[in-house]
Amino acid sequence: MIRLDGVGQVFDGREGRVTALEKIDLHVRGGEFVTLIGRSGCGKSTLLRLIAGLLPPTSGSVQVAEEPVTGPRRDVSFMFQRPALLPWRSVLSNVMLPVEIDKGSDRGKAAYRDRAHQLLELVGLQGFERRLPHELSGGMQQRVSLCRSLIRDPQVMLMDEPFSALDALTRTELSEELQRIKMELATTIVFVTHSIEEAVVLADRVVVLTPRPGRMREVVDIDIPRPRSLAQNAYVTEVAKISARLHALLSEKDSEDRR
Amino acid sequence: MTKRSWLTGSPAAAVILPIIGLAAAIALWWLATVVFSIQPYLLPTPWDVVVKFFDQPGALLSETGTSLLETIEGFLLAIVIGVPIALLIVRSVVLERLVYPLLLMVNSIPKVAIAPLLVVWMGFGQWPKIVMVLLMCFFPIVISTAQGMKSTPTELVELMRSLNATRAQEFFKLRLRYAMPQIFTGFKVAISLAVIGAVIGEFVGATKGLGYVIQQSGASADTTLAFAAIMLLSVMSIVLFYGLVLLEHLLLPWAQEKR
Ligand SMILES: Nc1ncnc2c1ncn2[C@@H]1O[C@H](COP(=O)(O)OP(=O)(O)O)[C@@H](O)[C@H]1O
Ligand SMILES: [Mg+2]
Repeated sequence: MIRLDGVGQVFDGREGRVTALEKIDLHVRGGEFVTLIGRSGCGKSTLLRLIAGLLPPTSGSVQVAEEPVTGPRRDVSFMFQRPALLPWRSVLSNVMLPVEIDKGSDRGKAAYRDRAHQLLELVGLQGFERRLPHELSGGMQQRVSLCRSLIRDPQVMLMDEPFSALDALTRTELSEELQRIKMELATTIVFVTHSIEEAVVLADRVVVLTPRPGRMREVVDIDIPRPRSLAQNAYVTEVAKISARLHALLSEKDSEDRR
Repeated sequence: MTKRSWLTGSPAAAVILPIIGLAAAIALWWLATVVFSIQPYLLPTPWDVVVKFFDQPGALLSETGTSLLETIEGFLLAIVIGVPIALLIVRSVVLERLVYPLLLMVNSIPKVAIAPLLVVWMGFGQWPKIVMVLLMCFFPIVISTAQGMKSTPTELVELMRSLNATRAQEFFKLRLRYAMPQIFTGFKVAISLAVIGAVIGEFVGATKGLGYVIQQSGASADTTLAFAAIMLLSVMSIVLFYGLVLLEHLLLPWAQEKR
């Protein structure tokens, strides 16, 4: 579904050139859930933006659904750390924004409206359709954002630390909801997080990036049966074991020896 | 509405408090004239002013109408010219560097100094007054609009990009909408300046308007008449200002609630 070959990204910043990513080879299968961890500034967001077509890579190639990425695609959705809702739009009309912007959508508007109601119900927001974003809590706003990124049934969801600004309880709930949605829709997900535990609980595979420049240090398969939860977890020991390993990978300082 | 006191919380207080403030000021004024037994040609009592107004309400109201019309026309003209200029400035750094110092220069000219020139250029009609209003309002409208257009959060811009929004969609559905509260702030500053502009315009080469009345009453030492005109100007200013506040409330309910 997603294929990166020898992808590198160099920024010409104010303080000279910054190599954000180097030699990234990653293949994400359809329906797979991949989480991406690494120290802050190691290029995780950049990697997502490359896949999203928001940024052309300075080297290498990025493909989604067997096609080279040239710009944002309709079947790829992006979810940010902050809810990024338009403050003057109601919950419903925020969820409908992608449909409104892309006039050439395949279904009728009414069908999408039904879908929006359905999604809002799925995340427990029925009855809030007419509210404005500022009337909702941070967790509820992020749920709206999740509905918005699901409205066009994306094949690929790119999520950039979407739960990191939420309280522990909301984050647990949302990560369960996300797994449920993913199972139901068979969406391919690339999910950036700085929480090791979250990375383990959500992923089929965890990709560990090295700090500056971001390279792939290790890809770890997670074979723990689903559903998994951040809360009551039948597989605490497995999660703990893998987490410890990831932790060790992340804190290794040498990035040169793995070239 | 948790533990806010009645004085800050209730809508009734929002109306009553300004009235109390106004009443206190008038009472003080009255007290001053009585205690220091000031001559009416120096400072009339509030009652003198009220009597003066009701001597010739029709005439004074018609002068008010003249000033009001000039104010509104000049203000609207400033919007029609100022907002597009601000939009252009925001789009192009070159244009900004080209035009900004010029705007600053024009704004720094004491407007009173060019009032006679405007009469020379445009005659004794209402145009020099309207242009004077325009000159007064122009700057705050341009500045606040430009500022508002620059304040769009990057994550919202990125969201629009990820949805493949066109430039026009990004402009109308996001940037302009987001700038509206700040544009309104500019309008509110400008409207008070607009009234001052109309008066300055009417000081020179005018035959009607409240500014003309004040000018004439100065010549005939009719301080009470001058005060009546000034009071009418204040009322006009206040009504225009709160008219804008009301409009903002109706058009941008989402912006009010944020506070
Ligand atoms: N548009 C840009 N211009 C210049 N440098 C950038 C830009 N975007 C990101 N960077 C740099 O690239 C590196 C990786 O950034 P980012 O992908 O945001 O990291 P992460 O999401 O892992 O915290 C950082 O050093 C950052 O400063
Ligand atoms: Mg990031």
